[in-house]
Amino acid sequence: MITAAAQEREHYLNASYGIKSWLLTKDHKRIGLLYLFTVTLFFFIGGAFATLIRIELLTPQGGLVSSETYNKLFTMHGVTMVFFFLIPSIPATLGNFFLPMMIGARDLAFPRINLLSWYLLVIGGLFALFAMLAGGVDTGWTFYTPYSTTYSNTWVIATALGIFVAGFSSILTGLNFVVTVHRMRAPGMTWFRMPLFVWSNYATALIQILGTPVLAVTMVLVFCERVFHIGIFDPALGGDPVLFQHLFWFYSHPAVYIMVLPGMGVISELISVFSRKPVFGYSFVAFSSVAIAVLGFLVWGHHLFVSTQSVYAGMVFSFLSYFVAIPSAIKVFNWTATLYKGSISFATPMLYAFGFIGLFTIGGLTGLFVAALGIDVHVTDTYFVIAHFHYIMVGGTIMAYLGGLHYWWPKITGRMYPELWARLSALVIFLGFNLTFFPQFILGYLGMPRRYHVYPDEFQVLHVLSTAGASVLAAGYLIPMVYFVWSLRYGQMAGANPWGATGLEWQTASPPPVHNFDEMPVVTHEAYDYTTVLGEVEVG
Amino acid sequence: MANQAHAHAETLALREQFDTAEQQKDASTLGMWIFLITEIMFFGGMFLMYTVYRDTYFPVFALASSSLNAVIGAINTAVLLCSSFTMVLAVRAAQLGQRNAIIIFLILTLILGIAFLGVKAYEWNEKFQEHHVPGPTFHLEGTGEQGQAQLFFSLYFAMTGLHALHMVVGCGMLIWLLVESRKGRFTAEYMTPVDIGGLYWHFVDIIWIFLFPLLYLIDRHLGK
Repeated sequence: MITAAAQEREHYLNASYGIKSWLLTKDHKRIGLLYLFTVTLFFFIGGAFATLIRIELLTPQGGLVSSETYNKLFTMHGVTMVFFFLIPSIPATLGNFFLPMMIGARDLAFPRINLLSWYLLVIGGLFALFAMLAGGVDTGWTFYTPYSTTYSNTWVIATALGIFVAGFSSILTGLNFVVTVHRMRAPGMTWFRMPLFVWSNYATALIQILGTPVLAVTMVLVFCERVFHIGIFDPALGGDPVLFQHLFWFYSHPAVYIMVLPGMGVISELISVFSRKPVFGYSFVAFSSVAIAVLGFLVWGHHLFVSTQSVYAGMVFSFLSYFVAIPSAIKVFNWTATLYKGSISFATPMLYAFGFIGLFTIGGLTGLFVAALGIDVHVTDTYFVIAHFHYIMVGGTIMAYLGGLHYWWPKITGRMYPELWARLSALVIFLGFNLTFFPQFILGYLGMPRRYHVYPDEFQVLHVLSTAGASVLAAGYLIPMVYFVWSLRYGQMAGANPWGATGLEWQTASPPPVHNFDEMPVVTHEAYDYTTVLGEVEVG
Repeated sequence: MANQAHAHAETLALREQFDTAEQQKDASTLGMWIFLITEIMFFGGMFLMYTVYRDTYFPVFALASSSLNAVIGAINTAVLLCSSFTMVLAVRAAQLGQRNAIIIFLILTLILGIAFLGVKAYEWNEKFQEHHVPGPTFHLEGTGEQGQAQLFFSLYFAMTGLHALHMVVGCGMLIWLLVESRKGRFTAEYMTPVDIGGLYWHFVDIIWIFLFPLLYLIDRHLGK
């Protein structure tokens, strides 16, 4: 199958061998793959905790684990998934690999800092893993004070340190992306010729730069509070626990957009390629990413509607939260308009893109429910909120992540994945996801609180449905794991541009050479100009 | 054109991902500015907490503030401002390619930086003797609200401690710059590390310029 010529061509994977050539690499593509392995590992660790949670919730009596253990399970699920999977997922893997290629650069501006940021994620992850193995942590991923600072007897310090260190990984990735986009664009690659994936990663990087340091300093103070009892968040000394909530959500609400914005960028690429049309209203979609990043910093108070925050502040935060719907809706409507009269293909990445649009819309609309003061008081800390953010994080981000992974897999590895299996698993994931999380909307509305493992009997049917869905979802996630690995050896060889896409990353060989381009590209067209693609589409 | 520039072997002055030395310098400078923005947000969290608690517990905070030694604080401010001046002179010397002058001014900056840390250590030591360090033996005369007073000193130590940590990092950076300039690494064409090192040093200086009035001076007379 493999032609001699293909075997001989040097690319980033075969340019050097050995463990050192990976652990000391400065190549953004190899670092992207290091991230891919790392976040995949954390995804399955976080998934294991989710599995235990769902098994526990099969029965209303809460017989499988003790309440203390259950607290640890949902905490470690949240911590792992948020800080060690979702936040680094798309930017640090796909962004790392493709952002420089898409703007025609040989690498990111600071390759050594890029490698450092991967090591920071690993070190932070090891702290968190240590905390999990040593006995776990039970504060919830939100670390609310004074429980986390005064009362919890679990491994809060190690986990907080892990998040602190991983935060710097995120900051450095964002810094690298911003400088790269500003300073490393190829000749002719103007801001408004950049692919929308680059725009959305740029907007994400702004949040990483501005938000993460605030979380870092908050974690430092939680650490100091636990070790030295300095009283910043301790009411006994006059400290204010709600101040912690303000600082935490000042980062953690924008962090939601760190998680979903890169996914939106992926979807813009997929929708365009697989309907063979330029994205409708390009500049609106580009600026909507920046608008989401900016608005994201003005809405944190909607997490504090039931705290001591004043009602007037609550009203302002509620009002501002509604504003986020505008740029989000611009994206969804523009994607839909892109499809209009397009030559639509139902290749696997496009199935994920369709899944994303549907699920993100449900997640986004229910976001309006919880942004409304009155309804939020009713559904605060219920499964309604759980379902809402899983529709965004899992239905949105992970769908986009998998869609992007399938789309760029031939570029990353030089091999195609098996299309039939891929479409099947996309379908399984979509069905499994909805079966898992849709019942949780109903559960929450009926009053099932989050973070409880004993519940009234009448909720059992919906919990069983949810657990059944989770099993389907788990199977859906395992299938791509198997065929991606399989395709590394047996997959059909992919050409330079199997999708007939326009991005610069497709104008070089698959897998790309070490410096990405044999000849530095000069850009003369806008993004998504399909009249310039001469090669025929191989798949889809 | 781009490829020709790339064809050169990688050197410190031009790393392989860049086409021109100018692009590299621009990228490094922008990178440092963005890093400083993250630092502002990092300190910003603490400034916010200080502002909130100062507003909530104003009388006790004014009292605690007046217990700080403003003379020592002023001396340290002067030391730090001088160090920024010598740092500017080092950057200027680097721009002119005067190797010996770079070394002299970096050493002066380092000495002033260490002097600042020395004075800070003396001041902290004073706090230990006066029982102004948060903990079981904490006591501030003149108020019944020991918890709130302790809150002030918690923030004082957290903020000045974090600032001092940045000073230590800055001194380490100065030592590295010294070693590199002794090797003759920096020329009029390539002096980016000195330049962005200077940016960092001034940033740490400016943080102190905000900390000093905030902790020592504002409404100090109301606490007497």
